[in-house]
Amino acid sequence: MVENKTHAAAAEEFLKDEARTHWHDDTLWHVRTKRDTAAQKLPEWEELRENASQIKDYVLSNLDELLVQFEKNAVANGVEVLWAKDAQEHNDHVYRILQENDVKNLVKSKSILTEECGLNHFLEDKGYDVVDTDLGERIIQFNDQVPSHIVMPAIHLKKKEIGDIFHKHLGTDAGADDPQYLTEAARIHLREKFIKANAAITGVNFGIAETGGFVVCTNEGNADMGTHLADVHIACMGIEKLIPRAADLGVFLRLLARSATGQSITNYTSHFHRPSSGKKLYLILVDNGRTEQLGREDFRNSLKCIRCGACMNTCPIYRRSSGFSYGSTVPGPIGSILSPGMDLKKHSTLPFASTLCGSCTDVCPVKINIHEQLYKWRQVITKEGDAQPAKKWSMKLAGKILGSPAWYNFMGKSARIALKFTPDSLVYAKINAWGKQRNLPEVPKESFKEWYNKNRK
Amino acid sequence: MNVGLFIPCYVDQFYPSAAIASLELLEKYGVDVTYPMDQTCCGQPMANSGYQQFGKDSGELFLKNFGDFEYIVAPSGSCTLHVKEHLLSHDGTGPKIYELCEFLTDVLKVEEIYASFPHRVGFHSSCHGLRGLHLAKPSEIVGVDFNKPVSLLEKINDLELVTLDRKDECCGFGGTFAVFEEAISVQMGKDRLADHLSKGVEVITAADMSCLMHLEGLLKREKSPVKIMHIAEILNGNSIHS
Amino acid sequence: MSSKEQILAAIKKNKPKATVLPALLSYHTEEIDRLIAQFQQASMLNGGKTILIKRIEEIPSYLQVHFDKNLQVVSLVPELHGSLDITTVQDPHDLEAVELAILKGTWAAAENAAIWMPEENLSHRALPFIAQHLAVVIESRHLLRDMHAVYEKIKIDESGYGVFIAGPSKTADIEQSLVIGAHGPRSMTVFLLTA
Repeated sequence: MVENKTHAAAAEEFLKDEARTHWHDDTLWHVRTKRDTAAQKLPEWEELRENASQIKDYVLSNLDELLVQFEKNAVANGVEVLWAKDAQEHNDHVYRILQENDVKNLVKSKSILTEECGLNHFLEDKGYDVVDTDLGERIIQFNDQVPSHIVMPAIHLKKKEIGDIFHKHLGTDAGADDPQYLTEAARIHLREKFIKANAAITGVNFGIAETGGFVVCTNEGNADMGTHLADVHIACMGIEKLIPRAADLGVFLRLLARSATGQSITNYTSHFHRPSSGKKLYLILVDNGRTEQLGREDFRNSLKCIRCGACMNTCPIYRRSSGFSYGSTVPGPIGSILSPGMDLKKHSTLPFASTLCGSCTDVCPVKINIHEQLYKWRQVITKEGDAQPAKKWSMKLAGKILGSPAWYNFMGKSARIALKFTPDSLVYAKINAWGKQRNLPEVPKESFKEWYNKNRK
Repeated sequence: MNVGLFIPCYVDQFYPSAAIASLELLEKYGVDVTYPMDQTCCGQPMANSGYQQFGKDSGELFLKNFGDFEYIVAPSGSCTLHVKEHLLSHDGTGPKIYELCEFLTDVLKVEEIYASFPHRVGFHSSCHGLRGLHLAKPSEIVGVDFNKPVSLLEKINDLELVTLDRKDECCGFGGTFAVFEEAISVQMGKDRLADHLSKGVEVITAADMSCLMHLEGLLKREKSPVKIMHIAEILNGNSIHS
Repeated sequence: MSSKEQILAAIKKNKPKATVLPALLSYHTEEIDRLIAQFQQASMLNGGKTILIKRIEEIPSYLQVHFDKNLQVVSLVPELHGSLDITTVQDPHDLEAVELAILKGTWAAAENAAIWMPEENLSHRALPFIAQHLAVVIESRHLLRDMHAVYEKIKIDESGYGVFIAGPSKTADIEQSLVIGAHGPRSMTVFLLTA
């Protein structure tokens, strides 16, 4: 994993392998295309987005009341609800539950929240073998990596590489890379884990205030295999994942899978309300910076995110630099507006990893104004200590020149003259990032202003 | 109708032919158009780099130059968007700014364009015009298809417009992004060009010179014969640049 | 202050001005033939298969051709007989050898072929996941246009657990290649009763 590196440097590293970059770009573009096709099938698509956006606005503006209502209903359902103000408290809760229930074997389905909290490493340090059961998650777990995408965790790996990983960890045939064969090997391996598990950890896609229940979506059925066989189910949920009414699930489920992968729905959409008799169901509500983000007027609606990953698939920068270049749990455009709120210094280059093309905003199923927030984070970052003094100086100078007609006319002419007579070796010196792989425009003999003066005045 | 012509700074300095074509085009349609001589820049380069405050002077200067016009027209979707969002009032008072193509289609409601351009042309849909000004329906959005700049190109005699694989993917310019994220900016540009080149275009056009400047830089480095032209030049009946 | 109190206090302090909850969406239903066609198409795209039947009695002959009758079959559809009596099973782990589970669906959305299966229709929550193959019987009059319509019909907290099943267990985690049979059923057959 790339850390403490600017996005630009990490991207440059990734781009050195141009063939791989094209493969990565094409793979994700294909997912984006599937999303478009799925969305176009619903004439009411834009109405769904607007409705979902308004519901989430309502949730954020009534979050405290809704959480209280949610907890009350969940407790009445026989769910034990725990609150965690940060990652550490979340992890401590999980550990205590495992201890109390004498859990030996643990399976886990996909949860970006537990990635954010670093749960796996925390539990591994305590001696637990945490088995991720989502195929993509299991692959990267074997490979000692974190997810490079929130929906497709192993999207950065080629099947050949996965074949090698499975050969090493599961004893599949050397060189075998047929996805069917590899998936079958994982099935056999993970069934054994499911059968033996005493506890299953899942994430939560939606918590329903009205009923105190929650919904988990998978295609593999791994969350269900885990939870229905184990005696203990621990569900980890960010406090922003609430929706008010059961019927609101209609709009969110119609949007989620279509936005994520272009499927009309995930094959399993499981609604948990009460534990099976004799079993235990825990739900941990996690803040970890969310209430702080709620207080940032310009950035609070990033909390509407339902983690579909559509903004990653459409982002021309994400597609060509991969998730690791962001160095944050949630990569891509949404990660670039969430992460600075968690650690501004560490993630200060992320809001600049964008051309502000706005495609992320257009695909977002809950209409988060992602590209506008990228712009706004830039203003915050440059004010609160900029890591790039040269940039600041040049921008200040540009502001001065462009703020004065006299300076502008003088500098424009000088620059054009300078460019005309400066040898190419200087114009395209290594230090000049524009000129490294691009020529500068040819210098015209006069500016438009000079032409206008002669021809129209 | 009095119209102030806003020519973005880099167009003024490096692409005067695009500016001249914009002016001539408006004059052809009988528009009373003025070019305020003291104009410089809208301040977008500073603002998008996170230094909105350094763009304050140029923003004030912009209002001084253009505040009294009924309409402002600019041959750039990106600069138009910045002015619209950050400089002009949002309460319906003061001047209204239009990107050149939308001014032609929405205000002048141009029916005919008497120009010929016998070439294979690729149209690059610049992002700020596309998604910010709604010059066309972005491919992500569900709704009725429309494309204002393309509707104008379709009126040009003999012009053959190609269909791209990715009709509205970003070219990777992005202002200072082009410099600070150089590697990815260049890759995005190369990928955009490959799409156009595989369709056999002779000319790539757009409503934003900045995207074209970036693409031109890559084309020239590769010594490609493919040319870039601002859409105003084609609409104005200019021939291909030598 | 407990963590709960701290979190709620922080929300109270930081939350924006209250907004209004929008009304629920609903759309006009469509002709039954169109709903059936949409269901079939969606089910296929999800990796499943839809068999139109007029009578439940048509199912056994279909199963005979497509499944090995020597393997364990569990049926929760009264008209169909399995080889394992589910009422004798206490521990879901004992379902591991189930080859085929035949269940009854309640309501379904034509737009995505998702069928609502409350806990009562599963006997064991694990059954539709642990079985090697899954078959679901549903009546075409229970087909609705979309998810909004289905949520109007069902009460999600009536049972302790309920699930929308839309297809077999699948994954595309290896280079986006679709593989059916990730952990759960390797196939899903929906018998759509049209009479």
